[in-house]
Amino acid sequence: MALKIVKGSIDRMFDKNLQDLVRGIRNHKEDEAKYISTCIDEIKQELKQDNIAVKANAVCKLTYLQMLGYDVSWAAFNIVEVMSSSKFTYKRIGYLAASQCFHESTDVIMLTTNQIRKDLSSPNQYDTGVALTGLSCFVTPDLARDLANDIMTLMSHTKPYIRKKAVLIMYKVFLKYPESLRPAFPRLKEKLEDPDPGVQSAAVNVICELARRNPKNYLSLAPLFFKLMTSSTNNWVLIKIIKLFGALTPLEPRLVYSCVHVVKYLGLLAMSKILKTHPKSVQSHKDLILQCLDDKDESIRLRALDLLYGMVSKKNLMEIVKKLMLHVDKAEGTTYRDELLTKIIDICSQSNYQYITNFEWYISILVELTRLEGTRHGHLIASQMLDVAIRVKAIRAFAVAQMATLLDNAHLLTGNMQRNGICEVLYAAAWICGEFSEHLENPMQTLEAMLRPKVATLPGHIQAVYVQNAAKLFATVLKSQEGNTDSTAAQETSQLMIDRLPLFVQSANLEVQERASCILQLVKYIQKLQQKDVEIAEEVNALFAGELNPVAPKAQKKVPVPEGLDLDAWINEPPSESESEDEQPKAIFAKEEPKHSRPRHTEVDEKELARRREARKQEQANNPFYIKASPSSQKVYQDTPGVEHIPVVQIDLSVPLKVPGLPMSDQYVKLEEERRQKERAEKKKKEKKKRKEKRSGRGKKHDSGPESEEDITPAHQVDIVTEEMPEVNSLDILYFVPLADSEKLPVRSHRETPKSPAEDGDTENAALQEPKKKSTKEKREKKKDKDRDRKVYDIQGNLQDGSQVVVSVIFENKGDSFLKSMEFNVLDSLNSKLQRPDGSGPHDGLTVPFQLPPGVSNEARFVFTVQSIIMPQKLKGTLTFIVKNEDSSTHEKLDFKLHFTCTSYLITTPCYSDAFAKLLESGDLKGSSVRLEGVNMPFHHLLARICFHHHFSVVERIDSCASMYSRSIQGHHVCLLVKTSGQTVSIDAKCDEPTLLGNVLDEIKQTFSQC
Amino acid sequence: MIKAILIFNNHGKPRLIRFYQYFAEDMQQQIIRETFHLVSKRDDNVCNFLEGGSLIGGSDYKLIYRHYATLYFVFCVDSSESELGILDLIQVTFSLLQVFVETLDKCFENVCELDLIFHMDKVHYILQEVVMGGMVLETNMNEIVAQVEVQKPHGEGGLSAAPARAVSAVKNMNLPEIPRNINIGDINIKVPSLSPF
Repeated sequence: MALKIVKGSIDRMFDKNLQDLVRGIRNHKEDEAKYISTCIDEIKQELKQDNIAVKANAVCKLTYLQMLGYDVSWAAFNIVEVMSSSKFTYKRIGYLAASQCFHESTDVIMLTTNQIRKDLSSPNQYDTGVALTGLSCFVTPDLARDLANDIMTLMSHTKPYIRKKAVLIMYKVFLKYPESLRPAFPRLKEKLEDPDPGVQSAAVNVICELARRNPKNYLSLAPLFFKLMTSSTNNWVLIKIIKLFGALTPLEPRLVYSCVHVVKYLGLLAMSKILKTHPKSVQSHKDLILQCLDDKDESIRLRALDLLYGMVSKKNLMEIVKKLMLHVDKAEGTTYRDELLTKIIDICSQSNYQYITNFEWYISILVELTRLEGTRHGHLIASQMLDVAIRVKAIRAFAVAQMATLLDNAHLLTGNMQRNGICEVLYAAAWICGEFSEHLENPMQTLEAMLRPKVATLPGHIQAVYVQNAAKLFATVLKSQEGNTDSTAAQETSQLMIDRLPLFVQSANLEVQERASCILQLVKYIQKLQQKDVEIAEEVNALFAGELNPVAPKAQKKVPVPEGLDLDAWINEPPSESESEDEQPKAIFAKEEPKHSRPRHTEVDEKELARRREARKQEQANNPFYIKASPSSQKVYQDTPGVEHIPVVQIDLSVPLKVPGLPMSDQYVKLEEERRQKERAEKKKKEKKKRKEKRSGRGKKHDSGPESEEDITPAHQVDIVTEEMPEVNSLDILYFVPLADSEKLPVRSHRETPKSPAEDGDTENAALQEPKKKSTKEKREKKKDKDRDRKVYDIQGNLQDGSQVVVSVIFENKGDSFLKSMEFNVLDSLNSKLQRPDGSGPHDGLTVPFQLPPGVSNEARFVFTVQSIIMPQKLKGTLTFIVKNEDSSTHEKLDFKLHFTCTSYLITTPCYSDAFAKLLESGDLKGSSVRLEGVNMPFHHLLARICFHHHFSVVERIDSCASMYSRSIQGHHVCLLVKTSGQTVSIDAKCDEPTLLGNVLDEIKQTFSQC
Repeated sequence: MIKAILIFNNHGKPRLIRFYQYFAEDMQQQIIRETFHLVSKRDDNVCNFLEGGSLIGGSDYKLIYRHYATLYFVFCVDSSESELGILDLIQVTFSLLQVFVETLDKCFENVCELDLIFHMDKVHYILQEVVMGGMVLETNMNEIVAQVEVQKPHGEGGLSAAPARAVSAVKNMNLPEIPRNINIGDINIKVPSLSPF
């Protein structure tokens, strides 16, 4: 007997497991059926064993054979045996086999009832889980009836893993045993609000399946689903609910709305994902998305807003913002309105105002936004106004005019200002009016507006700005008045200051008080001098002299740290943790401390506390001279300033906030449209139309005139302060200067930038990053009319094709006439040809694909094929164009010469000294040399000059001797050995192309003879 | 509701079959053959769903499939719904398929056909955590993987797996017949009662 057991276990050791079976089948491809039948015999043998492990293994193999199409129902009883094993691994095998081959007519199923019940109530959740999974496949009406109660209990199991399985299987139970539905339904409904999302989605799943079969019983659940729909983030659940509503809508038409609505939501959600990868395809649906802004559902509108942010372009910005402005007007609910406001500003200011073509329009939008009641984002608007006014110089005059109007009508804004924070814009308005007061039309009036008694109701930091800027204004006013013969006017102005300032001197806000009293004393002193008829304006103005320029966020880094200064060392003993936090400057604007923020300082007495707070405030307050450049960083400040120190006088004005004199931004939209239409029309008909505009006259008197023909294309230039200075050497500029008829003018040399092969496809970058080639070009021009025209050249050799050179020409119209129908033509030589499109003749010119309004520049590229690069060449060319004036148009011609030097075909190529030595040893190179006399510069300057102008790189340098290397676009090696002694420089050169070398050396000589 | 999930290779050899509705074995094999026939003649760049075959419910059913390297994953789904519903369904099933395949990939570390061939049982256990009784059970892959890991037999990979590994090493020595014959030969003489079935 013992032996039998031993034999059993040894033999078992070599039983086939599933892997062996599979391997065996694969090894017996030719007699698979036979092999399998022996395997089945083995399995039958194994199933007779008492060892449950052996049985489980056998059943596992049967499951595999079942997949191959073998009937294994004969082993059903064994399967049940394995199912009832106490070991999870075996039990699982049993249940798997059962779920694969049991069905309603399998008679052993009724034997399983108790076993399954036992497993369902097992303390091990995975026993329960595996039983539920198995049951879901072979549940019969009998099983369903007998186990319904057990499963229902499991729906409230502590483990979500079991709950979700129990919920799902309920559907199967309902199908087999419909009577269970009624008692189970309340609990199922409960599960819709289960804390676990998996259980929730299972419940949704089951109810959806049920509702598909019999929708009308589930109508009552619609509100619950609606709630789920709006709160759920699980897209699977959302889709299920939509489907459910799809089933319900025939019964309840009202649901169509909500259904459509979720689809919309999902659609927008999907679009925002697509937008990241395929912005173009989403942009074409702009109208659709704009429509979604009209949706009743706030979450859909917010989604649509998110999408719009990514969709704007220069073309559609005005249109989109116009639409958004309409929504702002009719929006209900502050949250949504505030969201709209921030989005408008975000959209406009993104990427350094990249999409704004007209800043007057933007200022108008900002001014219109100030009319919003109850917004929290006064700060945001204010910071935008400041940012634009400071960085866009051309807009200052306009901005100042607008801000003056704002100040004048401040009472309209400040209705509920203490609460709504919109008065922050007055901060910006006052500062802009003060700082750029030279643009004010009527500074006296603005000064008066800034000193009105009502100003005292504004928050402290705004008053402080008022006082300070009133002083600036005062200086400006004085200056204008002192020129007059009548000196009383100036004295009256001083008197006005002296009359009004005491109001601020009494302010409880220390900042205001201090500034006011200081300025008051100053004005009194000025008045004294005035009474003695002393000219004082100049000196007063000196107080505020100096132009404000934007500073890059990292500008500080460029300032070298003085020697011996350790910035990390403590100057004093490190303060306690809490204090150091206080000192962190948080914002551009001065911010008063939030009231609740200092509970820690309880040990400090109240007075001390107040003193510190004020001191801090003074420190931070109001330093408008430091402006951060990045607009995104300005979103941070949203806390409303604490106002505890200010006596609050509520002035409730319920008049509609239509500030007189403020421009409607709409008119810009119209202008823009008109302009574009006109441009289109012009292109089509080439009709003659006047288009002359004086740029200088723009912007100032905007409200007054129907200057609708204004040409908006050249956006006011934004000063974009980037971290890096632009590469100075990447482009040289060539000017066409108006000259007398026969006069000729040699012009400066030019840079050519070949495209390096690695950077193919990104020409522009390549051009900027690696200027490698240079050619001197001479331009001679003949011009007889008053137009000024300027051109910038940039030539790029195409490395991939050793015979191509790309010439980029930037045309700039410096005159004030409109230039159109430009044609660029070059007289081909045998060696160099301008590439023309297929089908055009060898002498046809190339149309420049744009027109030039006055002051505008644009770039065009022309490709030349060059056969031999060993000789320098000059190409003659002509530019013809039509000059359009107000009442006439003339055809003009401009001759020029393109000079392709040999150095322009060289590319700076680094070379290692060993490679260099090998190259020289090879003996393929022919030598030549040149001597330069009277070169009076340090050796490293000399080398730098050769590198820079002639595209060489230094291989090695030893004392006053250096080897240099370069390569032509056609692969010629050029090696130089440069030696210097005194003022004589000798260059020994080697190259595999002597002619090229000779020319390069000539050009080098030329470079040094010029200096 | 999902009616069946089939995985077969480029030659139509089943690698996993899971019917959520009962069919006899020969019928199951017919369905596999028919489905393979339908799916395999389609180009890889045409759409990935088609009307069900005649055997498994006809036009009420959609076959939604994907072809990964040597394997076809086919979900057979009933679709007695509106057009929109069908689109959703396809979408859902696709994502489900994706979840399933990704989970396989995670559990088997770069799953390939051989993994499925030799570990059909494990594939079933993974599938059980994704779909239960034809309904979507879980779509969060991390959750699925976690549950599969927890339920792995403790022996696997641990110390107790050592004997099993030793045995399989012996089995893999490619001379399976020799030790077996010797053993059985010896003992059969003494214990004749253990004759083969």
